Parts: sequence; C-alpha cells; structure tokens
Amino acid sequence: MHFDWSPAFISIKITLIATIIIFLLGLAAAWWMVNYRGRWQGLLDGILTLPLVLPPTVAGFGILLLIGKNGPIGKLLGMFDINIIFTWHAAVIASIVVAFPLMYKTARGAFEQIDPNILNAARTLGVSEWKVFWRVSVPLARPGIAAATALAFARSMGEFGATLMVAGSIPGQTQTIPIAIYFATLGGEMRVALFWVLVILSISLTVIVIMNNWNNAQRKLKLGAGGK
Amino acid sequence: MGLYIDIKKKLSGFTLQIKLSSEQEIIGVLGASGAGKSMLLHCIAGLVRPDEGQIIVNGKTYFDAAQKINLPARYRKTGFLFQNFALFPHLTIEENIAFGLDKFPKTDQQQKTFALMKRLNITDMAKRYPSQISGGQQQRVALARALAVEPEVLLLDEPFSALDNHLKNHLMKDMQLTLKEFKGNALFVTHNMEESYRLCDHIAVLNAGQVETFASKEEVFLHPVSLETAQITGCKNIAAAQCKSTYTAEVPAWGITLHTDTSILSPNGFVGIRANHIMFAESAGNNCFPVWIADESRSPFRTTLYLKIGSAANGTDDYHIQWEISREQREKISKLQSPFYVFMDPGRVFFVEN
Repeated sequence: MHFDWSPAFISIKITLIATIIIFLLGLAAAWWMVNYRGRWQGLLDGILTLPLVLPPTVAGFGILLLIGKNGPIGKLLGMFDINIIFTWHAAVIASIVVAFPLMYKTARGAFEQIDPNILNAARTLGVSEWKVFWRVSVPLARPGIAAATALAFARSMGEFGATLMVAGSIPGQTQTIPIAIYFATLGGEMRVALFWVLVILSISLTVIVIMNNWNNAQRKLKLGAGGK
Repeated sequence: MGLYIDIKKKLSGFTLQIKLSSEQEIIGVLGASGAGKSMLLHCIAGLVRPDEGQIIVNGKTYFDAAQKINLPARYRKTGFLFQNFALFPHLTIEENIAFGLDKFPKTDQQQKTFALMKRLNITDMAKRYPSQISGGQQQRVALARALAVEPEVLLLDEPFSALDNHLKNHLMKDMQLTLKEFKGNALFVTHNMEESYRLCDHIAVLNAGQVETFASKEEVFLHPVSLETAQITGCKNIAAAQCKSTYTAEVPAWGITLHTDTSILSPNGFVGIRANHIMFAESAGNNCFPVWIADESRSPFRTTLYLKIGSAANGTDDYHIQWEISREQREKISKLQSPFYVFMDPGRVFFVEN
C-alpha cells in the first residue's frame, strides 16, 4: 500500500515559512515595545499576547472574518482573483497568529534583561539604532531569542484548531501532521495516527534540543568566564 | 569653546536644575548619591531628555528646548565612561574599542585601535573577552573605547567606584595622564572628595539637584559656601554658631568663641574646620583651646583623635571635634597629659550661612 507522506512535507513547509516570518515580526515587535514609553504600552502588549491565551478556534474565526470571501482583506485579494482560504497560505497565517506571542513575549523578556548601560554605551559611540539592534541587542539576547524561536517553531508545528478552520484538511494540500493525526484517529487508523505522533514528537524535540546545544556551545566559546 | 549647560529635569523627589558654564578642561562634579550627578551626564550625552534649557558644547547646540533641538546621542560627540564600564561582553577587547569606528576604512580602524591600546597599555589582551580581564583593565578598555570616537566632551561616571583600593591609586595616576592628553572638556562625576581633588582643578558641588558651588578645588575645600558643601567635601568638625562681631563667632555646642579671617555676614550659621587643619598649640591663646581625649581611631598611617573642649570627656561618645594627625605626632602627644592645647587657624576656620 502506498503511504501518503504529504502531511510531513506540508507541515515542514508551513512551519518553516511561518517561523521565519514570526522570527522577524516577533523580534521587531519585542524591540519596539521595549523602547516604547507611551501610555498604550499595556494595551498594545495585551493585544500582541492575546492569541496565546485565546482558544485557537477564536484565532481561526478572527482570521476567517478578515480574509474570508466577505472580509476586508478577502475582498481586496478577491479583486486580484486571489483566494487564500483553504490553501496552505491560510495555514501559514494561522500558524503565525497563534505562535507569534511566544516569540514576542520570550524575545521581549530577553531584551529587557540587557544592561541598559551597554546599549547606552553603543549609542554614545555614534552608531545607528539599527547597528545597536543587530550588533548589540540581538547577540546579547541570543539565548532568549533562540529559545523563543524554538518555542514558536514547536507551537507552529503543532497548530491544529485555527489551521483546520481556515485551511481545512485537504490531503496533499493543507493536511498537516496534527490534522492527519486527528482524522486518522477518527477513522480508526490507529497505526497511522501513532506513526505521525512519533514523527511530530521527534521533530519538535530535535529542534528544541539542537537550539539548546547550539546556544550552550556559543556561550562557552564567547563568554568563557575566567578562562585565560 | 567650552561647555554651557542650563537645564531643568523633573525627577521623582526633586528637580534637577543645573547651570554650569566653563572653559575649564576638567570639571569635577561632587555630590552625594542621589544628587542627580549621573542624570546630568545622561542629559549631556543625549540618553535622557531634559524638560527645559540648553546644552551647548564647543559652540554646537546639543539641546535647546525653546528651539526644539534635541540631537540624538549618536550625533553628539560625547565619550561616556560608565560606572560598570558597560563593555560589550560578546566582543573582544579589540572589537569593543573599534565599535564606533565604522565610518573609517578597515586599515584606519585597526591603526586607531592599536594606537589606543598601546597608549593605555592593553595591547596584549586584544583578542580576549571582557569577562577574561580584570576590573582595572576593563576600565582602560572602556576609556579607550570612549576615546576612539574622538569625543568633544568626556563624561566619567564614578569610574573608580567598582574597583579595589589598591588598584584605584594606580589607575587614578593613569587617568590623570590620559585626561591631560585629552583635548576637550571632561566632566568627572563622583561622591568621593579625594578622587575629585586629585583629578580635577575645578569642582562643582551638587546638592539636591542644584550646583551649589563651582570654583577651584582649593577654594571649594577651604571656603565651603554651605553646610552641605562642607559635609560633602569631607569636613568633620561643624557646629552651629552665632555671629558676635565681623570676625568672631560664638559656638555654644563647643563652649568657645572662634576668630575667622573671613568676615561673617549673617547672624546665624555654622562654623567648621577640617580635621587635618587643626594644629597643636603650646599654651592658651587666640583660637587655642584646652582639650581632653575622648576616643581614638587608628588607620595605618593616620590617627584620628576625638577631643572634648573645655572639660574632661565622659565616655567615648562625649567629644566635640575630630583631629586627624600623623602617627609621629600621635607619639609626641601621648607623652603629654590631658588637657593639652589645640590651635584652630583663623585662616582655616570657615563660617557658612544657615
């Protein structure tokens, strides 16, 4: 019997693309919020963190409202004959929305740990904010950023509820591993479900372990305390 | 050319209101913790925005509230030496120093970095990371990094407070040399009067967010203008006093009348004399008083005697003045019997208004 490997490829494709976008958006939002001193701080932080505490179905519903055929973004795209709903693109969007807060929160925490004097020192040395960010903030927050990325990746890989709502379960197109597990279990194919469970377990675990090891290795290399 | 500062900044608890204008090269800013010293430096560097006023360095306007000018930190030419040195822990010493030299070609960067490392004697640690070098070396690296961008004004924020005593002495000598070579203004902030006296010719005393005195160091130490200045500059003998005539003051707490060389212009105030300015006297006389020893504290080279004027001390806490003398002088006095006489030079007795 021919085994359908497509959920693995679809999951990896969606997760990788979503993680890259989350990485950039999350870093930008975290850095911006760390430096933002306005009065909307609490509210903005709440909005950015909200998907973390809401059921994924609420996120899915929200996305449908926005990019569905009658939603504002959906209508706009419709004018160019583009439809996102029930394509893998919608699954990427669902993953981004749901996993973004993990990246944002963790990265923000890491940025806030940096000694403000170090950032101030960089600023008085006449370099641009861009350089302060990439050459000082990001390297110093790297352990936290790596953890944030690993968490966002794992969350994105495991995304189910919102994805099912906006992308459906079209085999070979939008059926990711978590969705394949659900339908396999529903159809009584326990061996298939178990197989995918083991696959997703090993992928997520591997990514987190690799991130941790890489981080420790880097730290030893650069900040070897006391070593002469 | 020079420094012109006139700023206001509301802080929690008090308002920082600094007026300081100087052509002087090195200014010491002396103040107790929480007097707003650090905040002043942050305002000059552009890391904190003052509420009102102006900051002009070498004719260049850094900040002007009225004209809505607030030059970002990166366009101000300030070299900032932080209390904890704030080195980039993920970069080598070499990379730390070269950090602000982006706009120069690679070879120039290397040349400048190497020249600075040589000048500050840190060439052999070029490839190490900040966590691998000592505190004193870190201070030099931080100084090299600040000097690398050729600042117009150097801002030193308590650079010695994180260092051990034995290192301090040595590093202060080096710092003196570096500051001499530096062609620009420097502000040296500290709560330690010895540091400011050693490194600066002119001292501004900060109290409750305001500049109380700004004068040559000799002037500040010899003729403090207020009780707070007298205290922050380390004067240990201060007591409330009433004016009796233009040149005499009565000090009820010590039970004496003191003569001063400077005229006393207000009815009430405080008199003071530094512990090391009191002298031994052979007999009674003008500004000479009989004293009894209440207590003594010895440090390796100096001794402080706690003296009571006019009568025998009743326990170690019953004293009026502190007298700081060398160990040799102490030996001589130990042969005498209490009471003996001390002389308070009218030229060194000061009177400050209430």
